[in-house]
Amino acid sequence: MRGLRIVGLRSELAGPFDLAIERGAVAISGASGSGKSLFLRMLADLDPNEGEVWLDGERRSEMPAPAWRRLVAYSAAESGWWSESVADHFPGKALDAARALAPRLALASHLLDGPVTRLSSGEKLRLALIRVLLLEPRVMLLDEPTGAVDQATALLVEQVLRQRMEIGTILVLATHDPAQPARLGARHLRMVAGRLEGACSQSC
Amino acid sequence: MQPILLTPRDLAVSSSLLMLDGVLSLALGLALHRQLLVAAFRMVVQLLIVGFVLRAAFALASPALTLALVLAMVAIAAREVAVRPEQRLVRMGNYRIAGIAVAFATGLTAILALTTAVRPHPWYDPRYAIPLAGIITGNVLNAASLALDSLLGGVVRERAAIEAQLALGATIRQALARLVRQSIRRALLPMINTMSAAGIVTLPGIMTGQILAGLDPVEAVKYQILLMFLLAGGSGIGAAAAAFLAARRLTDSRQRLRLDRLARR
Repeated sequence: MRGLRIVGLRSELAGPFDLAIERGAVAISGASGSGKSLFLRMLADLDPNEGEVWLDGERRSEMPAPAWRRLVAYSAAESGWWSESVADHFPGKALDAARALAPRLALASHLLDGPVTRLSSGEKLRLALIRVLLLEPRVMLLDEPTGAVDQATALLVEQVLRQRMEIGTILVLATHDPAQPARLGARHLRMVAGRLEGACSQSC
Repeated sequence: MQPILLTPRDLAVSSSLLMLDGVLSLALGLALHRQLLVAAFRMVVQLLIVGFVLRAAFALASPALTLALVLAMVAIAAREVAVRPEQRLVRMGNYRIAGIAVAFATGLTAILALTTAVRPHPWYDPRYAIPLAGIITGNVLNAASLALDSLLGGVVRERAAIEAQLALGATIRQALARLVRQSIRRALLPMINTMSAAGIVTLPGIMTGQILAGLDPVEAVKYQILLMFLLAGGSGIGAAAAAFLAARRLTDSRQRLRLDRLARR
């Protein structure tokens, strides 16, 4: 089967989750602390979990974890930075590619030449999104990708995401914006107390 | 040249300087006289015990007793390394890592020195093995505790940065490399300071002791140089072992960052 298939994915804190995403996007809303981030982190295999996930017929457990995370890349709501300068996070050719992408997300390209400490949280979020986009993963797991930006910028971000969906990238995102799932043409699911509502089981 | 042996009377006379500290404390309201007295008393008792234990150990020259004394020193040092960090690894992780790091670094350095440089007969002669192991353990303690503390503190502080790298497909080794480097670096700075200042800012204690005991200054310096190399080597091994073992303990077969294995003190 093409796409992402999730069977019995669970941890002590959330799940079990059963979900199949052949193409397009799934948007998950729900109260803070309901388990949206836990779900995304489990999919990226960043937290201990049980169950199995397949991508295009390949089992996650038969793949080295770093290889899986390159294919199923995750961007946290709170972006992480491991060096003082922004450019260090885009090694080699990635820096030019990032410079090319920046304006499409309403980011001035000189931000790439400065220190991380000078970025606003919205700028950090979008630059972290660029890191994921440049990986060209098969699946993007985005935790509130438009959490700290205004409506106009959110629409720009969504435009970039839609273009990725058109070339076949699967999108799983957590959102607090009730209109975002419809704008992205995404299947809308609700997370309630560590369970997905509106998710169909393996049968569908 | 024979060392000038001290009599109990000599020590009693010099203890009058301690009385001076006591008077100072009373006169200036430092409220330190009680602590001073306790510390001085502890120092005298502890050192006398060590002196008699060493005298007995040297006389017996039993490999088993020598090993037991060295292991006791290593265990005490390892405990200090384990309790120093604010973060604790669950299931006695700090103790296990500290034990391995201190034992490995001390053992390797001391055996190397005894079999290649000092070469007493037999090589495990307690007169050489015990003091050498003791001074190495002390330095390994410093380096390993600095490394462990900065690594465990660092993973908590930089969790988002480490996980961001993992989330983009970095291996755990790549994601932790910076932190491991920083931890070992920090652990080795005191040793670099000591070596740079040796002889200029400070007269190292061992050397001073040997000169007072009647050894030719150049011979004493040679011993000190050997010791500095040993201590530098031991510190490096201890720091690296502590940092790498802690990093390994903080990950699993799926290369996750397992901060759930940390418990705050």
